[in-house]
Amino acid sequence: MTGDGAGAVTPPRLSLRGVTRRFDSVAALDGVTLDVAPGEFLALLGGSGSGKSTLLRVVAGFERPDSGTVMLDGADLLGVPPHRRPVNMMFQSYALFPHMTVAANIAYGLKREGRPRAEIASRVAEAVSMLRLEGLESRRPHALSGGQRQRVALARALVKRPRLLLLDEPLGALDANLRERTGFELRAIQRESGAAFVMVTHDQAEALALADRVAVMDRGRLVQVAPPREVYDRPATRFVAEFLGAANVITGTRTADGALESPGAACTLRPAAPLPLGVEAVALRPERVRIGPAIGENTAAGRVEDAAFRGESTLLLVRLAGGATLRVLHAEEDGAPPPPGAELRVSWDAASVVPLRA
Amino acid sequence: MRIALRLLPGLWLALLVAAPLALVAVMALSWQAEGVPPYSPPWGGEGINPENLRLILEDPHYRDSLAQSLVTATLTAGLCLLLAAPMGIAIARAGRWRDALLAAVLLPFWTGFLIRLGAWIGLLRDEGWINGLLRALGLVEAPVPLLYTEGAMLLGMVHAYLPFAVLPVFAAATRLDPALEQAAADLGATPGRAFLGITLPQLFPAMAAAFLLVLIPAAGEYVIPELLGPPEATLVGRVVFQEFFGNRDWPVASALALALLALLILPILLFQRLGREG
Repeated sequence: MTGDGAGAVTPPRLSLRGVTRRFDSVAALDGVTLDVAPGEFLALLGGSGSGKSTLLRVVAGFERPDSGTVMLDGADLLGVPPHRRPVNMMFQSYALFPHMTVAANIAYGLKREGRPRAEIASRVAEAVSMLRLEGLESRRPHALSGGQRQRVALARALVKRPRLLLLDEPLGALDANLRERTGFELRAIQRESGAAFVMVTHDQAEALALADRVAVMDRGRLVQVAPPREVYDRPATRFVAEFLGAANVITGTRTADGALESPGAACTLRPAAPLPLGVEAVALRPERVRIGPAIGENTAAGRVEDAAFRGESTLLLVRLAGGATLRVLHAEEDGAPPPPGAELRVSWDAASVVPLRA
Repeated sequence: MRIALRLLPGLWLALLVAAPLALVAVMALSWQAEGVPPYSPPWGGEGINPENLRLILEDPHYRDSLAQSLVTATLTAGLCLLLAAPMGIAIARAGRWRDALLAAVLLPFWTGFLIRLGAWIGLLRDEGWINGLLRALGLVEAPVPLLYTEGAMLLGMVHAYLPFAVLPVFAAATRLDPALEQAAADLGATPGRAFLGITLPQLFPAMAAAFLLVLIPAAGEYVIPELLGPPEATLVGRVVFQEFFGNRDWPVASALALALLALLILPILLFQRLGREG
């Protein structure tokens, strides 16, 4: 279903151009331009107030942008009221109809399409079996567990066979155990249905685990749109690096030859390629930092302040000579980690120094 | 302290509900007598008097008054609900106007009940403002009889009881999850369909409560039929008043009051049952 045949020009399933939405004077969406391919699973990742939910509501039709265009398979969506858009949404609260049974909830959208009874019955049965809801058809939503409600909400949206499914924090209301399993199910269902999924989440692990591409949002703008591995390995901006959490963000001043001189780290970080002009911060992942005698010119001295055992590894907080803290991941297979208080030397490859735009 | 708090509702019910009710029940089984109070209780030597209750069931005068009261109260409650449902929903969705509109619904309570009825009399009587206006416009020559009609009585009842119907609908409408109507739209329902099929059913329990909150006091209403209604509107409240103060027949008045209570228990049970199922 991913229409990426050689040379064929497939219009994007969803195409946003310069979408802007202001509330009073604050821009919830500020010139968002984004394409989603057919069959793609895209995650909109951002904190609260980043505009990710507003963007989803613009596509669903519950919010009108002040400017910009929204197209589905090349056709304008903005002139179409929500109830006529071939797009379905799974609400964060699930928004199941409390006075209807599970089966009636799932059938609701097909009834509005005026489908024949027999077709409705068979498609509802199909959705029920796809989401393993057998035996719950005549229950009311209040008699379901959180995970079951989540699956009913998903079934209710998917039964319409939307070309694009919008999901607002689909795993947000589930407990940790259920999240992982449901996440795998969500991916399997996405592949099976062939629909493009656009999911809003504030949880970076969820976005990285589920999506084909992650679009990171900050204050109404897209700051980076890339596959999960790239967002993780090469965050484009300081915001992305900090939002994803794990990386060390080291600030300093750019030297004339394109390295970063960091007073906090008391060293000069030299990337593989010279830093672009204006870059004053770099990201360095904790697992890319080696402990031991200096190798190459990317090296600094420090002292272990604290250590947190994580099972397969230990996270060390290393206070560098310049006062900055560096998070270093020490793999268990490398033996016992240095104890708190130990003086040590850390070093890293030039390729691990990732320039961050402001 | 905790025990006292637990006993308090029981004490309250015993003093203000059970005791007066028992007193009324005893009176209904008593004999009319000269003196103060004008009845002799079943333990007064004559035993239980079943005649009062039988009279109420058999005499068309009393039966009709009960029926007439129920019809009037049902009409009042129905009209109130018809007005209150859209009002309550609209106020709940009025955004920053919400508090002001809610205050406007409650505003009549700040005026005395009798003053409000007096205002209606002033508007509706033959020399009143409405007839004055109609005559000034040349629409009528003789005054249209407005006051002392069924219409005036219903108008007064609806006006007096409307806030009781608006409040429960309003309260339920503010608790509705706005995502439900959006989900319906998302699944292809037009705004009208989403409202009728999704929003309205969630308000049914509140609407039933609103209906009952009006029906019950309206069934026993005495003042409004007396001041605005036609002489032939012998609602049960008026008949009770007449028996009690006119004929000094406290036992029959009590029996009538009991009969009304019995009649009102039926719809309450019915609505409670519907509420549980819904």
